[in-house]
Amino acid sequence: MEKFETLTGIAAPLDRPNVDTDQIIPKQFLKRIERTGFGKFLFYDWKYEDDGKTLNPEFELNSPQYSGATILVAGKNFGCGSSREHAPWALLDYGFRVIIAPSYADIFFNNCFQNGILPIVLPEDTVSTLLSKAKAQGYKLTVDLVNQTITDSEGLSIPFNVDPFRRNSLLKGLDDIGLSLQYEDEITAYESRRPSWKTGAAGGTAVA
Amino acid sequence: MGKTMFEKIWENHIVHEEAGSPTLLYIDLHLVHEVTSPQAFEGLRLTGRKVRRPDLTVATMDHNVPTTDRSLPVADPISRRQMEALSENCKEFGVTLYDINSRRQGIVHVIGPELGLTQPGMTIVCGDSHTSTHGAFGTLAFGIGTSEVEHVLATQCVPQTRPKTMEIRVNGKLGLGVTAKDVILAIIGKIGTAGATGYVVEYTGEVIRSLSMEGRMTICNMSIEAGARAGLIAPDETTFEYVKGRNFAPKGEDWEAAVREWRKLPSDADAVFDTLVELDGSAIAPHVSWGTSPGMVVPINGEVPGPDDFESEADKKAAVRALEYMGLTPHTRLADVPLDTVFIGSCTNGRIEDLRAAASILRGRKVKDNLRAMVVPGSGLVKMQAEKEGLDVIFKESGFEWREAGCSMCLGMNPDILQPEERCASTSNRNFEGRQGKGGRTHLVSPQMAAAAAIVGHLVDIREWEVE
Repeated sequence: MEKFETLTGIAAPLDRPNVDTDQIIPKQFLKRIERTGFGKFLFYDWKYEDDGKTLNPEFELNSPQYSGATILVAGKNFGCGSSREHAPWALLDYGFRVIIAPSYADIFFNNCFQNGILPIVLPEDTVSTLLSKAKAQGYKLTVDLVNQTITDSEGLSIPFNVDPFRRNSLLKGLDDIGLSLQYEDEITAYESRRPSWKTGAAGGTAVA
Repeated sequence: MGKTMFEKIWENHIVHEEAGSPTLLYIDLHLVHEVTSPQAFEGLRLTGRKVRRPDLTVATMDHNVPTTDRSLPVADPISRRQMEALSENCKEFGVTLYDINSRRQGIVHVIGPELGLTQPGMTIVCGDSHTSTHGAFGTLAFGIGTSEVEHVLATQCVPQTRPKTMEIRVNGKLGLGVTAKDVILAIIGKIGTAGATGYVVEYTGEVIRSLSMEGRMTICNMSIEAGARAGLIAPDETTFEYVKGRNFAPKGEDWEAAVREWRKLPSDADAVFDTLVELDGSAIAPHVSWGTSPGMVVPINGEVPGPDDFESEADKKAAVRALEYMGLTPHTRLADVPLDTVFIGSCTNGRIEDLRAAASILRGRKVKDNLRAMVVPGSGLVKMQAEKEGLDVIFKESGFEWREAGCSMCLGMNPDILQPEERCASTSNRNFEGRQGKGGRTHLVSPQMAAAAAIVGHLVDIREWEVE
């Protein structure tokens, strides 16, 4: 996973609540067996007209001023619905490294950290302010994970909280699986204590 | 102070914990399907890791599979490739797979319970948000992302931050024609789609106790639609009766030992939850969704709300958008809304009792002209049982298509999709924009309501139907 320390970039607003993972990446793009290349399908049904080719001029992110945006400012309960990790893969591949919203769905929130995306939670009125500011041409934010602040060139400075464990993993780009495997002895010890009747797929007839 | 059931299961599965870090939990059963696993297996290959416990891992194909004739090749080459990838991965890593040709194939959350793999007190994960279904057995079951799927494959553990606990108590008795689906839709309508975010919910109360295992699964299934990490229902005689004798359930002395443990699981009388929500079950009417989020529901005898019925600016805007997408005007009576399609199936309502309930309404009646009606059993075994009972004949004679098992039109990853502006009464779990097909309009309902709607061609109050 790529490290995250600090980032300065264009902030793009997506001012709607309950943006679900079906919107972030529609199901027809979940059939790929790779982790990469999902960016071009991000918000597909909003991004394109019904023909799937013509850009929808109404959709915020299609505005040229947000081209190259790396920070997404969004509404409450962002990422609700399906557990598909294709959603953060698509956001990351499109270029987003930071999301700012009043709240997130649990699984999506976890999936972001697994992919080096920093999902920041801020109070709803602060997010509203950022949504308005992000409408201005070329509005940029600096997100500093080391000092846990969001700043802009106009003197704005907002502190944010992030789980210390998650913060450390992002700052160092740590591999979660590697961390768990450090406890190999404890896993083995736990397995020796499991009741013998917990046999999983080995406990029945395997006949299909 | 006593412990909640959640606390007991959590503590039984701690492998490692230390302050400032997530707890490492052991996973008793890992369910795998074709859509969220290929990148996880690829990750194992890239790092030279193995599947630690193939014996605690079970795979099937459900999201992508066509529900038409299984003897034909899968027409969509990308879907076919994903299914082949799962077959190859399961073979390489030694994982049991119920593929498209197995009679045990089906929706992952339907086959776990019916094969007896799902048992009380377990931890179960799957790369699918509706893993919460298994909580009906008093099982801590939750959806994970693909990185976590790889983590569980490699370590049989998953790091988790301890969630808070919420009790949702449904008192009283349900009225005639009111089902588990209506109860969970009413709950989501009450607390909202983020109402349980950060919580594990335990459903309690007289209504929950009186439900069958399949009804309990319907309730726990949609916990995720309220934002919950997981949903739980305490195991009781109904649970043990359901599990006993199933293929992977403990047998003989093991069964006795298991039941002794399972009886210790229910929350202690003096256990304290972080939050309590109460509902009067006798006041719940059949529910139907009107908008594009599962919290946008009303009783069937109610009207479509307008933006002014909402308080916050964000919710008003969301209502305007939802009404436009759904092609509805405020204050329309939902019973007046005409339908194009009816879909019965999914991990929410694709089990045998759901099919029996729908068939009981359809017997001797015909689907409305020009309405497309489809029933997709949740698994191959559900389909076989239904055929044994002659339900397939009832469905077919009434004008329903009788399909092979899979997720089908719940999410439309296979060819079963809605066309733009096509309106569907669906027994599934999500009414998001485009969920069942781009531009498609979904109304979530119970199997009985779906069946009745198919006959008259519009949404209908099943309670009036029964007195007709």
